[in-house]
Amino acid sequence: MKYFLILLTALSLATTSLAQTSETQEARAREIGSQLRCVVCQNQSIEESEADLAIDMKRIVRDRIAAGDSNQDVIAYMRDRYGDYVLLKPPVQSNTYLLWFGPFLLVLSGLGWFILRAKRKATAPLIQDLSEDDQALLNRLMVDES
Amino acid sequence: MSLRSLIPLFTFLALVIALAIGLTRDPRILPSELIEKPFPDFTLDNLDDTTKLDTNIFKGRVSLVNIFGSWCASCTVEHPLLMQVSQHPDIQMVGIDWRDERPKAKRWLTQYGNPYDTIIFDPDSRLIVNLGVVGAPETFIVDQSGAIRYKHVGVITSKDWNKNLRPIIESLLEVQP
Repeated sequence: MKYFLILLTALSLATTSLAQTSETQEARAREIGSQLRCVVCQNQSIEESEADLAIDMKRIVRDRIAAGDSNQDVIAYMRDRYGDYVLLKPPVQSNTYLLWFGPFLLVLSGLGWFILRAKRKATAPLIQDLSEDDQALLNRLMVDES
Repeated sequence: MSLRSLIPLFTFLALVIALAIGLTRDPRILPSELIEKPFPDFTLDNLDDTTKLDTNIFKGRVSLVNIFGSWCASCTVEHPLLMQVSQHPDIQMVGIDWRDERPKAKRWLTQYGNPYDTIIFDPDSRLIVNLGVVGAPETFIVDQSGAIRYKHVGVITSKDWNKNLRPIIESLLEVQP
């Protein structure tokens, strides 16, 4: 009976620790999967997708985690095969600078243009010198009024 | 109307042209990361389940590796072309039967003809993901040293064959001792 109890506790301890590792592994797999693009559906992550290829990719992610790969390793593995495209969030690198910084550049240039225009308008003279003919006409009208 | 006032219009037109060009590009065509790299390692059964296959099958031969499946409708479109290419004695035709069941694949091959010298059976996408394949059909040219030289996504039309694939295969066959 005593031995049986020991065996039972040992067994239950073993299974809980096993369950825990598989739970953290599953959490990691989900985290990685949500960063990888389903290459057939393109706007979903493999974690969200039910496409056949996405299902197989999810399984491969889990296999690699079980084999001891870090999260970075798994993502690098997929990137080596499917390219940057498989990453849902494009990496900041020379060919994506325009993508990442373009919007800020546009806002800044728009703001610059706006400020420049506002300044020019403020300094522009409101009344320009009248030509001789206009001045003469104005003078005549003023005289008529009074 | 001054030229300055046309600037917004021209900016708009430039944007329209850029986006129009973007629309003509097929988003399914992804760059292959594997060009000029060795064919990924694999150990998989053949379709008949009689032997294990690995990258040694590419040694010393120019191979056309074609991904197909009995479920793949567009594979039947390029099938006649593959049958024709298989007549060429110096090209090794390798099929990768993807996400398929053996009896279905065999039936399919009896119905349409079997252009392949060797068929790798990959039901779980193991090799497929290693190859960065997105969908069937997809075709690779592998040289005598086992390096990937070309990737074609989708059905091979006779135009694709004559313009892109055949010249590469012919140039590879020429260097053969």
